[in-house]
Amino acid sequence: MIKENVVCPFCGCLCDDIVITVEDGHITKTKNTCAISKSKFVNHEKNALKSSMVDNKEVPLEKALDEASEILKNADFPLIYGLSSTECEAQRHAIHLAEILGATIDQTASVCHGPTILGTMDAGCVKCSLGEVKNRADLIVYWGCNPAEAHMRHFRRYSVYPEGLFRKDKKSRKTVVVDVRKTPSARIADEFIMIEPGTDFEILSMMRAHLKGRSTPLSDEYISLLEMMKDCEFGILFFGLGLTMSRGKHVNVDAAIRLVRDLNEYTKFSITPMRGHYNVTGAGSTMAWITGYPFAVNFSQGYPVHGPGEFSAVDVLARKECDAALIIASDPVANFPADSWKHLADIPTIVMDPKISLTSKLAKVSIPVATAGIEAEGTAYRMDGVPLRLKKVIDTTRLSDAQILSALIQRVIA
Amino acid sequence: MSLVIKNGTVYDPLNNIHGENLDIFVDNGKIVEELQVKNPKEIDASGLIVFPGGVEVHTHVAGSKVNIARIMRPEDHRKDVVKKTPHKRSGTGYTVPSTFTIGYRYAEMGYTTIWEAAAPPLGARHTHEELIDIPIVDKGFFVLLGSNYFILKHVEEDNFPALKNYVAWIMDATKGYAVKIVNPGGVESWKWGKNVTSLDDTVQNFEVTPREILTNLARAVDELHLPHSIHVHCNNLGSPGNYEITKETIGTLEPYRRHITHIQFNSYAGEDWASFSSGGSEIAKVLNSTDKVTCDVGQVIFGDATTMTADGPWQHTLYKLSGNKWANSDVEMETGAGIVPYKFKKKNFVNAIQWTIGLEVMLLTEDPFKVFMTTDHPNAGPFYFYPQVIQLLMSKSYRDEMLSQVHDMARERSVLESIDREYTLSEVATVTRAGPAQALGTAEKGHLGVGADADISLYDFREDAIEKSFKKAVYTIKDGHIVVKDGEVVKDYMGRTYCLDVKGELSDEEKEIFSKYYTVQLANYAVEDVYLPRKEVVPCR
Repeated sequence: MIKENVVCPFCGCLCDDIVITVEDGHITKTKNTCAISKSKFVNHEKNALKSSMVDNKEVPLEKALDEASEILKNADFPLIYGLSSTECEAQRHAIHLAEILGATIDQTASVCHGPTILGTMDAGCVKCSLGEVKNRADLIVYWGCNPAEAHMRHFRRYSVYPEGLFRKDKKSRKTVVVDVRKTPSARIADEFIMIEPGTDFEILSMMRAHLKGRSTPLSDEYISLLEMMKDCEFGILFFGLGLTMSRGKHVNVDAAIRLVRDLNEYTKFSITPMRGHYNVTGAGSTMAWITGYPFAVNFSQGYPVHGPGEFSAVDVLARKECDAALIIASDPVANFPADSWKHLADIPTIVMDPKISLTSKLAKVSIPVATAGIEAEGTAYRMDGVPLRLKKVIDTTRLSDAQILSALIQRVIA
Repeated sequence: MSLVIKNGTVYDPLNNIHGENLDIFVDNGKIVEELQVKNPKEIDASGLIVFPGGVEVHTHVAGSKVNIARIMRPEDHRKDVVKKTPHKRSGTGYTVPSTFTIGYRYAEMGYTTIWEAAAPPLGARHTHEELIDIPIVDKGFFVLLGSNYFILKHVEEDNFPALKNYVAWIMDATKGYAVKIVNPGGVESWKWGKNVTSLDDTVQNFEVTPREILTNLARAVDELHLPHSIHVHCNNLGSPGNYEITKETIGTLEPYRRHITHIQFNSYAGEDWASFSSGGSEIAKVLNSTDKVTCDVGQVIFGDATTMTADGPWQHTLYKLSGNKWANSDVEMETGAGIVPYKFKKKNFVNAIQWTIGLEVMLLTEDPFKVFMTTDHPNAGPFYFYPQVIQLLMSKSYRDEMLSQVHDMARERSVLESIDREYTLSEVATVTRAGPAQALGTAEKGHLGVGADADISLYDFREDAIEKSFKKAVYTIKDGHIVVKDGEVVKDYMGRTYCLDVKGELSDEEKEIFSKYYTVQLANYAVEDVYLPRKEVVPCR
């Protein structure tokens, strides 16, 4: 069976033109996928978490849910973390569960584009949907990101190559890459600037100052970039972890937003973060509309309190504050600092995941779930905030994240 | 569930009931003539006034721009936290409250239906997702079409049938309820950093004028028999002298139905900020002498606000004027949005005059079925300040007291002080219930006649404490269920989402344009029914 217009549940590009061939209940072929997406679909069944486990022993789902709800009910300071690789319905249940428990809830933006959110809180955001870039942009700047390897269809679908309303092809646009090394993305760019690591804030601030007519020691390549930015008709600055996770973090983003803000005195210019996980934007959205805050929220007072650094997962774990953890669709052991993830081994940790992960290996309870976007429907938000409906392309007996969380809520309030 | 509301003083202007002692019978979520069951549940309403449930005609509560505002304003939420209760989810309030808090605050104030005033079609799914998380009240939203590519194209090619068909298609695809027009043409021009400033300017890259966009959409909406007229945010919003273009817009839309929204922001006289003054009485004159026009006021509340509109160029201007943080969010092929936090200050002379203008329009417009109470939440202030606006409308002495506290210029440059009119309770019920419900074409809302939805609010009204009386309903009844008692939510409840029974088909050419210039597949564009858990389809006839 062939399924068309499938939404890819991998990266923030959320490509929705994927064609999937299903034979005998297995995904055998894909079309329009990038290498990463193809691998995600075709290898979907590999490494699956086969059964619910408690203390490394296979148990029926009901037993795992009972155990998980007891852990959560008995905890004084539980942590719920993950969310970015599941659907919004699951995220909404997870937030509800956190509220019921008086828990801390955080999502993976905390360790990638959290600084982007902090920059937005300080300076606002001047953004546009990706179609605006395709239709109008004559200058595309990628700063501290490498779409050729991380968002593989970004160039083709949204920015450099596609035919747009007012731009017909690559020739009608200029592409600039700013990065600390000559990445594969830099190779397709018309211009590449090798930035000295750790100087983003300085450079962006000097560009602003230069724009305002102040004298600065800004080097020629940035002066010429600034001139291009000022003179284009519609510019876009895409940025990634090179800006958010290098020295300066949110102040880097703040400086970039302010530069773009100022450029709008001269022309039309927007700035958009290259969000990683396919629904990390959704995680920020659901948390914001339910609590007011997009990440790092604590409910122990009966209402949401926001505290990056205070209630972000890495910090809560490093300080060994939480006494239980529920990890949803994420693998913190694989990417948190050792001081943080080690605490997950010392407390009862519950993992909900379709796959075996480093985190599931040390979890007290692990619950296999349907993969959102492959085995379960739901909503996901593209990196620019466009909401799309994830498809169910194959059947499974496993429950979705939303169903498991709903069952946990029922048990916790019973 | 059956219910009798006994001995209340009933205000039901649509049924010509103005403060009569009547019993109201409720069965199965509807108002009925009488009850068959013995011993139904009784509410003793002696000493209370009984109103139809409040109908919010224009508010910004759900969707992408509201949520960007939430994300960028943590400082807004911290000072106003909402604890969970056995019946309520927790949340945060102030100018951009979280979704659950929005539902509770409307319900606790006696409101039972609310309309989100601006959703980009591409973000419709998002708006629906947030509406699902706004409990208790019935809801729906208006679809931004005033700078939509297909609208501009069909206007440019003078192809009205195609335009009308497209409007039908997009209303169905988004599951929206009404056509919203914001700064017609200006939002498209803003995508190049430009704007339009008169009804006959041409839109950047299109041989199309705001006047043509307005009249074509108004005609389409009337011919499709959509329940609500076009809902118009005029050009030049916020600028001195803009009452002229507002008058012209109302005039050029003859003979079609039209609703001009947050008209306060478009009723300014003067030539620049220095000569800024009220055009409120001029606008009221137009409203008094014109048929088939309604408006809501967008009354300024002193204190914090968050301005958010699809009017990108205006939001950029406001960012420049205020120096506050700025968000802009343009949406491919369709529309845009801007957000700027703002504070209305009593001693700022422009703000003080703005405050008088809303009141002038409400008090000088004779027919309360033409002008409705809003704060364009959260643009001119949060919706939960409505009770304060009611007190201003009902009490000349309270108005005078406020006027004495604001910048002196407000007295000189408006006629507010000279207005003696005080709203009656029936008029209050009209501008907050009957009028909006009628303008929205929701026959089962805004009144207490047989067959109406049993959405009812009861207040302990005291003439010496008007604001306090309307702050918290003694009872709010939704579909016959008591959802609020003594000003507190006592029941979790899910309201309806309204959409329209209207159909259109995209032509092959439109489909080709869609596939080329959008970044989503056409097959993934239309909103699925799963996003309307209590879907209510309204016929168009």
